Amino acid sequence: MTSVRTALEKPWIWSFVGAVVVWLATVAFTGGYGGGGMVTAALSLAVFTVIVGVGQMFVITLGPGNVDLSLPANIGLASAVAMKVMGGSDSMIVVGLLAALACGAATGAINYLLIWALRIPPIIATLSASFIIQSVDISYGRGLQIKPPPGFASFTNWQVLGIPVLAMLTVVFTIGAALALQRMIFGRSVLAIGQNIRAAWLAGVHVGRIRFLTYTLCGALGGIDGALLAGYFRGANVDIGNEYLLASIAVVVIGGTSVAGGKANVPGVWGAGLFLVLLLTMLNTFGVSAGVRLVLTGLIIVGVITAAGGEKAVR
Amino acid sequence: MTAIAPGTLPKSSPRGNAARARLLRGLLPALSLALVLIAIAWLNPRAISYFGFNLMLNLAIPIALATIAQMFVIAGNELDLSIGTFVGFVGCVTATWLRDAPLLGIAVLLGSIGAYALLGALIHLRNLPSIVVTLGMSFVWQGLAILILPKPGGKAPDWLLAIMSFKPPYVPFPIMAALIIAAVVHFGLMRTSYGVILRGSGGNAAALRRAGWSLLKTKIVLFALTGLFGVLSGMALIGITTSADANIGNGYTLLSIAGVILGGGEFVGGRVSPIGAVIGALTLALAASPLLTFMHIPPDWQVAANGAILIIVLAARVLISRRER
Repeated sequence: MTSVRTALEKPWIWSFVGAVVVWLATVAFTGGYGGGGMVTAALSLAVFTVIVGVGQMFVITLGPGNVDLSLPANIGLASAVAMKVMGGSDSMIVVGLLAALACGAATGAINYLLIWALRIPPIIATLSASFIIQSVDISYGRGLQIKPPPGFASFTNWQVLGIPVLAMLTVVFTIGAALALQRMIFGRSVLAIGQNIRAAWLAGVHVGRIRFLTYTLCGALGGIDGALLAGYFRGANVDIGNEYLLASIAVVVIGGTSVAGGKANVPGVWGAGLFLVLLLTMLNTFGVSAGVRLVLTGLIIVGVITAAGGEKAVR
Repeated sequence: MTAIAPGTLPKSSPRGNAARARLLRGLLPALSLALVLIAIAWLNPRAISYFGFNLMLNLAIPIALATIAQMFVIAGNELDLSIGTFVGFVGCVTATWLRDAPLLGIAVLLGSIGAYALLGALIHLRNLPSIVVTLGMSFVWQGLAILILPKPGGKAPDWLLAIMSFKPPYVPFPIMAALIIAAVVHFGLMRTSYGVILRGSGGNAAALRRAGWSLLKTKIVLFALTGLFGVLSGMALIGITTSADANIGNGYTLLSIAGVILGGGEFVGGRVSPIGAVIGALTLALAASPLLTFMHIPPDWQVAANGAILIIVLAARVLISRRER
């Protein structure tokens, strides 16, 4: 009994409960048909939200006002860079992935450079950066319809026993991220900065260096996400990352991470990612129109945040 | 310095310096607008005419109204990431119901302002992060817009078309409208006592609460004003474009935030400036396309130009602020 109660006190449990409820509702609607396939599809799609969600989580944990609004532009550019470097040949897959990673990391580093040099709020810094990145992407990716190499496309779609391999790798990655957050100096420093930046500085945390690393990490994750998305959807385009602005912030908040900073939660990102994807699947299964789907998605996100809200500081 | 000429320098020189820096900082939005105008005049002198301004500032009115809308939430230390899709939603209502069934259209638009007020109450009562709530709402407005107008189309009401194509003598209509918007909002927010309270809710909420003011009420009023100016922006936009599209306002979210910041507003502390916000919106509207067209910069880079202008102005502000200390 006590173990159940302690489990219910964990903020992330609710995102998984939500995911299961949505899944059960959909399965009940279809009469048990396609329940397994739905989990497979949800896992493969949730991966992309989880990867950027983890990056966004580290940034948001830095404290009020820290958020990376440049992720969609970053994902778009990195997907184009990856596809162009790979050039459709299997031998260049690793180089292409590294290029996407470097492109994303550079974006993150520029974001922090703007925050640091201009002493402007991260929201406006990442926003201005995203304007420029978006233009670079439009100009660079003009008419670009390069398909991913066949090996890369099949790797991103590869499944073993109905479980996407990419999802397994992402689970390993998130375990690493959880360890980094709770057991490593980097993660502890991020949490300390989010709780009280001045106290962290007085305690000898290299505030500037940690913030730089966090933004670069978030950018790099956005970059790798862009490459994987281009592989999964078989082609890069400018708008490929658009939905990940809301998604990355939503999974962080629904997953139980505090928007006020200083309190992060990695398992919740997975729960919330699955919840969002399954929610979309459910609405599609119910056969609602695109407009109704958008309205319901928005209302459910607002509803979940209202139910989970009550944090002290805002922004 | 003082050792060289001890008697000649007045004692208040550092304070005078700070005042000058503050003045310079206040003039920065106007200076950036002047710079963009000079660049345009230099590249294409014919653009600086009654007709040229009418063309170049065509879309400045809806952008300025959306920027003012954003400014109200920012005055209360919040951010509205849904204003773009809200403007699109209003546009769709304007081009359909407001023309075919005016009463229904008016009711829906008033209701949407009410929805904004409720959002303000919700954000205050549950202490929610406005970024996430308004991001969620942006989906709701977009969805509603698609439901009302699945395909681009509709038509603006005739009276709205007549207002927006009004051609006053000597002063181009967009400039006149910008002056009126700036003057009205400046008076309301900067010169009335409740305007001070509204800005105070962003400056020092705890002090206001102790003084007996309702923070719930200030937040509701700020969000309702955002809704009101969002509605005006959507209607003005449709009056210019004559027909609507569910995605028509999507770019306004980022433009409006950029406009407020360009105009000297700050994200926290209730430090905003209505006149600055309108100037910021005009700068963005001019810099976004006319300037780039005259400079033969391909449209691909128009978005980047907005980002670059933002960064340059903020860099200038940092340089000035450093002297202020």
